[in-house]
Amino acid sequence: MMTTTEYRNLAIGAALFILAACLPFVGGAYLLTIGVTIAMYTVLATSWALFSGPTHYISLATAAFFGLGTYTTGLGFEHLDYWLLVPLAAILGAALAAIVGVATLRLSGVYFVIFTLGLAELIRQLVTWGQNVSGQKGLYVLTDLTEVHIYWQLLVLAALVYLTGWLIGRSRLGFALRIIGDDEEVARHSGINTARAKVLLFMVSGAAAAATGAILAPRYIYIEPALAFTPMLSFQVVIMALLGGTGRLWGPVVGVIPFTFLWEAISASFPNQTTLLLGLCFLAIVFILPKGFVGLLTTIRTRMNAREAFS
Amino acid sequence: MRADAPVLSLRGATKRFGGLVAVNEIDFDVAEHEVMGLIGPNGSGKSTTLNLISGALKPTSGTISLRGTPIGHLSAQEIARRGISRTFQLVRLLPSMTVLDNVRAGAVFGHRRRWGAEADAHAMKMLELVGLARRAHAHVGQLTYIDTKRVELARTLASDPKVLLLDEWLAGLNPTELTEGIALIRRLREEGRTIILVEHVMDAIRSLCDRCVVMSSGTKIAEGTPTEVLSDPEVIRAYLGDDDA
Amino acid sequence: MDILFTGLLLGGTYALIAMGLNLQYGMARIMNLANGEFLVAGGFGAFWFFTAGQVSPLLTIFIVAPVAFAINWLIYVVFLRPLVKRAKSRGQLEVDAILTTFGLAFFLVGLTLAFFGGDYFSYSYLARPVTFIGETYALNRVVAFFAAVVICGGLWLWLTRTRAGMSIRAIAVAPDSARLVGIDVPRLSALAFALGGAVTAVGGALISTFLTLDASTGVLFTLKALIIVIMGGVGDVRGTVIAALMLGILETFVATLIDPGLTLAAAYLLFVAILLFRPQGLFGRRQA
Repeated sequence: MMTTTEYRNLAIGAALFILAACLPFVGGAYLLTIGVTIAMYTVLATSWALFSGPTHYISLATAAFFGLGTYTTGLGFEHLDYWLLVPLAAILGAALAAIVGVATLRLSGVYFVIFTLGLAELIRQLVTWGQNVSGQKGLYVLTDLTEVHIYWQLLVLAALVYLTGWLIGRSRLGFALRIIGDDEEVARHSGINTARAKVLLFMVSGAAAAATGAILAPRYIYIEPALAFTPMLSFQVVIMALLGGTGRLWGPVVGVIPFTFLWEAISASFPNQTTLLLGLCFLAIVFILPKGFVGLLTTIRTRMNAREAFS
Repeated sequence: MRADAPVLSLRGATKRFGGLVAVNEIDFDVAEHEVMGLIGPNGSGKSTTLNLISGALKPTSGTISLRGTPIGHLSAQEIARRGISRTFQLVRLLPSMTVLDNVRAGAVFGHRRRWGAEADAHAMKMLELVGLARRAHAHVGQLTYIDTKRVELARTLASDPKVLLLDEWLAGLNPTELTEGIALIRRLREEGRTIILVEHVMDAIRSLCDRCVVMSSGTKIAEGTPTEVLSDPEVIRAYLGDDDA
Repeated sequence: MDILFTGLLLGGTYALIAMGLNLQYGMARIMNLANGEFLVAGGFGAFWFFTAGQVSPLLTIFIVAPVAFAINWLIYVVFLRPLVKRAKSRGQLEVDAILTTFGLAFFLVGLTLAFFGGDYFSYSYLARPVTFIGETYALNRVVAFFAAVVICGGLWLWLTRTRAGMSIRAIAVAPDSARLVGIDVPRLSALAFALGGAVTAVGGALISTFLTLDASTGVLFTLKALIIVIMGGVGDVRGTVIAALMLGILETFVATLIDPGLTLAAAYLLFVAILLFRPQGLFGRRQA
């Protein structure tokens, strides 16, 4: 079944991961910090696009899943083996996604956006309230894990996300999602259980985001609701994924890398204007790059092909 | 023919939208290998009836059964899996995909589920049946109007449906295309498929249908062979209005 | 009793804000996620005029409304109309509108932060107690409530009795047919959008007399307004009012009896319940 192109893509992917895994040996501390940020957003944006790309539902729940993951580590690391926490967070994330999905994915996209936007806020308020009642403020996550460990863990997670995405793309589920993305009514009348397909994909992206949060918790050392559930995270993930383009599996990472550097520069030079610039990024994506870098490349390629055909 | 249990039967099927009764207590049966025409003036409830059968709408009351099993409460996807497949009044294709992938959608998820090479081969066979095999790898955006209709027909056929619902499949075709379209449906008829046709084109009804059900204002007003129903005075009145009767 | 009346007073102002969003989403078909920012802007206008020139917020709304109307009209024409034109489907327009209005929301918050900083702004206007059936209420809440009632009533009359209002409602029900009967859909959509923005800004000016606002609270109000609109039914004026009053009572109830930090959580749970059991809104007909 596998074609030569697919083997080639798989080989290229594997080579890139090995290359990325070598970063701690060649780069300094600063590069490693950037590396962690890029790896984190690669996981978040790619898993976001796995769901939102074909279904066109915009999820703003990333922060909710991410926070759930950080709190899983924060509350559990003294009681459970650390290596159990990340899969546990993934399971919790998938479960939360399943509940949210069943409640909202039958409805129009607008309801879903609002629901997911409110979700992080809801959990944040509940956690804050719980902490007020119990008299405890934040959580200390003290482990002997270093930045390098976190980086490698994120890379493994990213590889898993890509592998999952690739497998889904080759499966009936992937084909079903493409049909749903094109015309949901046709999908239903062709015999596709549209609700189930959407919920399954949302669970994948929820699990990935929760696992990311669980991996990153030791980096923060001290976690509190405002940090773990920051809505900014959800918005940045949306921007990066759309900037890269959601039509291809490799699309989001093309957005993540330049955006991370851009954002580092912006936060350093205009720390007070970040919100304003984030707004401009949204507008730029809609009006200048509606299909992301991937779309731009496809347009250029078709134009070049057309030119060859006519010459 | 009557001895066989019907493939599809409607008993008292009714659909209300608020105060408006779009389909009112409709009864009819469709036998195996039969081509049944569902005809009537605009707004008489034909398309709504088709939507009830395909599960796009749920009946307010009454039963719809497929080989004796009630299906009225099922969702569209479950009905599709049980073997009722439809085309849409305004053609609906999957715009980002090739012709072959459009047809594959029916082969992969329909009544009989295939995957991989088997699905591809089956989809190709359906494209040959509708006469579009050489355009299999074209993008659907490049097709002519009748070819988009062929793709949609191939997609519904690819699921091996027990009952095929064609919602004004011949509408909007020019005279040459119409001849081709009628010939295509006749071929399906000769293959022994069970079909319900919602149609306005009278020539097609006369030459294709074994039997017709005529609807007017949501109610069934006549049933019989095309010749019988088209000479029925009540049917003529429904089409032309009281003044001309 | 006390909770009920305080809740009703709060709900009255919510109704006004949600009505603004409902005009934009139900009639102009744009989900404006920057709606809350106009609320904050309206509140800021009231604050500024009051502290700088002791102008009563009840007079300020006559300045706030036309300014907000003009800005929203411009936003519609410059940003949203091109999206409406290029959209191939309702779904695509929805996604584009969500992203654009989010972008605008961030942009506006960013502007406010850049020029005025992240301070809370509050002022003391009519902060006197009034007594009603043995309980005391703040006069500013009562005044805001009655102002909201007057404006809601006026809007309702405008929508049901005037030609423009009825045309706008026709667009809400059936945009395609509205075009066929000679309604200028693009112009009236812009009008509905601008009017919605103005109504929300006025609601903001009123709410600022008794609530403390800052640049980042906009999104919370957007969320509340959305919950009300969906609960009451998209495009349904009566439903919006009732849903707003319910939300006001629920929030006051939770804030008084459990914890003020949980008001949004309560509103959200109400929203979940509505989505699960009556996704068409409290009074909406189930769409087939």
